[in-house]
Amino acid sequence: MSLNGKGAVTGIGETQYMRGSPKSAFRLQIEASLKAIEDAGLTPKDIDGIIPIGITGAPAEAFATNFGIEDLRFSAVAPLGGASGIASVQAAVAAIAAGICNHVLIPSGRNVTSGARAGVRIHQMPQFHLVTEFEYPLGAIAPAQLYAPMARRHMELYGTSSRQFAEVAVAMREHAVMHGNAVMKKPITIEDHQNSRMIADPFRLLDCSLESDGGAALVISAAERVRDMRQPGVVIAGIAEGHPDSPSSITQRPDMTRLGIAKAAPRAFAMAGVSPAEIQVAEIYDCFTYIVICQLEDMGFCKKGEGGAFVENGRLRLGGGLPTNTHGGLLSQAHMLGMNHVVELVRQLRGQGGATQVEGAEIGLATGYGDLGDGAMVIMRRA
Amino acid sequence: MATTDKPLPHETEDSQPYWAKAKGGVLAIQRCADCGRLRHYPRLVCDNCHSLEADWIDASGRAVLHSWTVAHHAFHPGFAGDVPYVLATVELEEGPRALGILDCPADAGLKPGMAVTARFEQRADGASELHFAPA
Ligand SMILES: [Zn+2]
Repeated sequence: MSLNGKGAVTGIGETQYMRGSPKSAFRLQIEASLKAIEDAGLTPKDIDGIIPIGITGAPAEAFATNFGIEDLRFSAVAPLGGASGIASVQAAVAAIAAGICNHVLIPSGRNVTSGARAGVRIHQMPQFHLVTEFEYPLGAIAPAQLYAPMARRHMELYGTSSRQFAEVAVAMREHAVMHGNAVMKKPITIEDHQNSRMIADPFRLLDCSLESDGGAALVISAAERVRDMRQPGVVIAGIAEGHPDSPSSITQRPDMTRLGIAKAAPRAFAMAGVSPAEIQVAEIYDCFTYIVICQLEDMGFCKKGEGGAFVENGRLRLGGGLPTNTHGGLLSQAHMLGMNHVVELVRQLRGQGGATQVEGAEIGLATGYGDLGDGAMVIMRRA
Repeated sequence: MATTDKPLPHETEDSQPYWAKAKGGVLAIQRCADCGRLRHYPRLVCDNCHSLEADWIDASGRAVLHSWTVAHHAFHPGFAGDVPYVLATVELEEGPRALGILDCPADAGLKPGMAVTARFEQRADGASELHFAPA
């Protein structure tokens, strides 16, 4: 059974993204969830499946308790870091297609001011105990330091340049400024990127995503329900997750320049029956600029090694060949573990993209990346 | 320079022989006792034949540079006095890779394939720190 056309995103919700929110991560999750449920035209008691994002966050039961859900039929956790959102959508569609439940809530929320930063979190997770035992004591602490050798290897093999990384950062910032709900509000230039301080060579400050507070949530329902729902339907056409070789250690990975999404993308494209050339808008997980370039290659938008040239000349900007991260992404909107990418894709395909709407967008994709190279990808189309 | 507040390795039953050898300055690699596959970092089970039996070999310490990063920002206060430092991913002569601190300036014109040799720095806090130096 293919999951193509079985599920739809019927509700999306987001809080304001900011730094220094006085609200707890759980409150931000609840607020975003209530918005998503209302957006779908449902009430919280209609939710019968919950997949919370973040393995250290509130479990499904905490949501069921607060919402008074009497018969929660499905709960799961997808521990793929920034790929968890889309992996959770896959689990939701599979559960709905199997008849287990009807409306699955996927809530996420973060408060990095009071909670854990992304970098520290890795070393608390059991699957990374080897990295924590052998790499952390040497001063390989943060994701920037763990991922930088992948980017350096790519630069050495293919001549990819820091100025090409800058192209990604500049495009994301441009979209964030236009979008409105974004932490970063001032445009940047290639030179601003080149002059920003080095963090973990080759990553400069403007290669790195934000740490920010907020909440984002989705409601996933059976595709045949979309005509009864409040909003225009956005159907899930292709979806897959993929894990890289040596998933728990980048150091030991045979090909450092190949991510889990290289395995997921062919599955998702085949399920949807579309090719990269047909994608009109892309929301690509961008914890670091290089990760966007690598995913573009791994998804087949260009050959391995050609991603740097691919992003040049404004290709990722609105009006370019592949408008990407029309919300500003993790680099300039907010770090919402990629849930903001899924929300933005739905908004685009509904035609509710506002100032950054890609005209006539009917088919697009979102990706997730996390936890040393896990990948997930979803292709959606307007119903 | 205070090193006492750097994070320490927390050895496990699987890795205890590695740290014991490191104390003596030797880089040890775990080997499947059944199929001979080498694995680093040490693990409970062989990913090739799934044998639970393992022994250890001493690595020669000869390796080539695979990739690297230069840490300019200290993400942990214990390394504030060390930046910039080079974290090198190297391919050991025996096959597996290892991560270590590369003893060279941050602007040393590094290239993949560059020959390096391993050594251990015994930290005052008791940790054995894997280093590599250009050969
Ligand atoms: Zn074996």
